[in-house]
Formats: sequence, structure tokens, C-alpha cells
Amino acid sequence: MTEFAGWLMPLRYTSETAEHNAVRSAAGLFDLSHMGEIAVTGPGAGAALDYAVCGWPSALAPGRARYTMLCAPDGGVLDDLVIYRQGADRFLVVANAANTAVVLGELQARCPGAQVLDETAATALVAIQGPNAAGILSPVTDLDLSALRYYAGAYGTVAGCRAWVARTGYTGEDGFEIFCAPEDSERVWTALTGAVPAGLAARDTLRLEAGMPLYGNELGPDVTPYEAGLGRVVRLDKPADFVGREALAERAAAGPRQVLTGLVARSRRVPRHGYAVMSQAGKQVGVVTSGAPSPTLGTPIAMAYLDTDATGPFGIDIRGKTESADVTELPFYDRSKQG
Amino acid sequence: MSVPAELRYTEEHEWVAIDGDTASVGITDYAAQQLGDVVYVSLPAVGSAVTAGEPCGEVESTKSVSDLYCPVDGEVTEVNEELDGDPGLVNAEPYGAGWMFRVRVSVGADGEAALPPGLLSPAEYEELTKSAG
Repeated sequence: MTEFAGWLMPLRYTSETAEHNAVRSAAGLFDLSHMGEIAVTGPGAGAALDYAVCGWPSALAPGRARYTMLCAPDGGVLDDLVIYRQGADRFLVVANAANTAVVLGELQARCPGAQVLDETAATALVAIQGPNAAGILSPVTDLDLSALRYYAGAYGTVAGCRAWVARTGYTGEDGFEIFCAPEDSERVWTALTGAVPAGLAARDTLRLEAGMPLYGNELGPDVTPYEAGLGRVVRLDKPADFVGREALAERAAAGPRQVLTGLVARSRRVPRHGYAVMSQAGKQVGVVTSGAPSPTLGTPIAMAYLDTDATGPFGIDIRGKTESADVTELPFYDRSKQG
Repeated sequence: MSVPAELRYTEEHEWVAIDGDTASVGITDYAAQQLGDVVYVSLPAVGSAVTAGEPCGEVESTKSVSDLYCPVDGEVTEVNEELDGDPGLVNAEPYGAGWMFRVRVSVGADGEAALPPGLLSPAEYEELTKSAG
């Protein structure tokens, strides 16, 4: 168990490698009740969120979801979010646990035309992820999962308990996130038989292989979505003004200051967060944001911010010894390309 | 968590088994559990001189990397090459197939291996892991 943003969470249940592989090949089960859930409701909710975040929530159809970001006026990322439109006048904003208080405060300040309510304590979140997720969930829900598209959600029941079920996740696999009442979470969890309980360690290697950013590693107030290669989430084509628009438009025009890059190590020594990326001339040209041994690839992988003019070959300073690493296109793992 | 009675331990969670002038070294069950799945073990070269209390290798796991400290003075005579292909042996059998390296230590006039001061008894090591939570 480990302390994580004020929650006591399992780093692993048994073996994080086995948990990781279960998600890739069958199904894994995650308790994500630490995530922040903030409801933004009322007739003005869509317009209020359009001003608060860099995406375009009011353009979402009910039952659809979008990955977006909350930015500071200077364009820096305060959190990355998934926003679900649960009804015409109701949006569910899912925030990182460590940032929930910041997101709540910003949304309250930026959304005077809507009701903003922290539902974190009243919401449990169970995720089932992997190729077998639909097959395991289907018999215990009244929802037709074949009609639930990627990044869509619907109200239904799971194990007889009322839930918001969304086809979203953070693993690079097909899967579902089930939002329910805390008192129902045990029933939901135990009904999903056959899925392997998976902890934070597996969650981290799964998202890293899938090239997904982690707040605090790839994302933070000192970078804009453009550095992270996520400029597509900034909807400069949205008619309404929004916090950070001016700074983000400038960055879009000028180009990112650094480039988030995928690296595959040639050595078996693992690049870790904060390690320096070096040019062949021995000059530091970047820094590793996340690194781990990849269970799927069988070799260490890393994401790093590199100077825009840096050219390879690159090495990573692993505790005093520079180890060669090859640039690779993100993501490291793409399930649609698997045979 | 297992702490075999016939072994000696270090505060850095290595174990030592003494057989004549040979000391076999690995990391404890407690250490392996704390590290999580071991993915790579870097070991000292056969023939190299090692010094008690000095780092002589690295243990990489999914979440972290730790120095491997040598518990004894001497010369490395053998390393566990099985770990190269199957580092998970460290988790599965930390006191058996997951052993890491062997060191030839000097033997005193009494025929007993000369061990550095500060090695822990099983009881002392168990106490250490309990106080560490």
C-alpha cells in the first residue's frame, strides 16, 4: 500500500508485471475512487465550462466524453481532465486526485453561471480494462455495451447498482470506467469476476506504454498542451473566450519550446523521472519525465522533453553512466496495430 | 515474510550464507517485496575485489532502482547468470535460485571466515524490518 494524494492505495496486489500483462491480454480491475469527480450543472453549465477549460464541452452531445485540460492564464497546465456530458445540463469533470482541490477552486471561480459541486467523496470509481472487459461486464449490466462507443457513457446498472458507465480508460486497452455510490462499489467490484485486480504500479506502466501523459511528470504549470504534443485539445476554433486563450494562441503560432519524445533504451538499465538526456557531444538536451521497464516490449522505455533543435543519437545519463537510447514514435504500444 | 535462521543480514537488506571460505549473497524476502518485480540485476564482475559496505551492483525493479551493497570483503568467484534471463527469481526465491554472487573471504587461524562487524543476526534483522514498517 502507498500514500497517494491523501488516499491509501495499493501499489500492487501481487506482481505488477502480472497485473500489467493481464490488462494487455485479458482484463484488469482498478479501484480509482481517489480520482476527483466534480459536477458542473445548470442551463449555463456548457457555456461556463467552455470558458473554464481549453476544450469545447458545450459541443459534446449528451452521452459523450472528451479529454481536455484546465490551463492557467499563461497557458500552463493546471490539470488534465476527462469531461463527460451526462445530460443537457449536467457535466461530470474527472480530475487527478492531487489536483481536485485546485480544479474545484478554479471551476468555482470560472463558472459563475453554473453550479459546481465536488462529488468525489460521494463517488466510487471502478475501472475494468483489457480485451476481455466487455465480455466480463456485459452479463452484469443492463446496458448494451456494443452500442457504447469509445469515449461515450450512459447511465445503467452494474450488479444491480445504479452507475454511470463510460468506455474510457488510461491503459491503451478497450475498457470501461464505472462511477457508482461508494456503498455499491464492493458489489460492483466482486461482480466483475475474472478480471485481475491491478494497482498503481501497473497503471503507470500501462499508461506509459500507451504514451499517455501523467500530471506531475509530462504535464504541469510550466508546460502548455503544445509541449506535450497535445495541441489538438486546445480548441482555438471555439468562438467563446477561455482562460489561457491568448497565451495558447501565441504558443500555437510560435511552436512548442520543447518536444515530448519517446525513447527506447538499448541498455537494460531503466531511465527514471528527472534523468538527463544527452547529445552525442555530451551536452544535456532534455530530461526524462517518465521511465519504466516495459513489460510488453521487454525493454526500458521513457518519455522525455527534448530541446526542439536537439538531434540524435541520444543517451540518457543513468546515475553517472550514459546509456544509448533510440527515439521512437509515441505511443510505444498501440493495440490497433497488434497482430 | 521469511528470515532464515542460518543466514546473516545487513542493514541494507542483503543476506549472507557462509560455507567455509565462500560467502553467498542475495537480497532478502523483505527487500524483494519492497522493490516489487525485479527486472534487472547488475552484478560485480567475477575476479573483482569487493569491500564490505560498498555498492557493488544495482537491482532494478518496475518502480525503483537500489544499490546492491557487498556485505563482506573478498574476491568475487561466481555470479548467478540465471538472473540475466530470469531476474524474477529474486522475487520468487530470494534465498534460493535468486542468489546473486559468491565471494571468497579470508579465513582465520580458527578456520572461521573473517566477517566484518555489523552483520545482523536473524533476530536483529527481523527487528529492523518491523521498525521500518
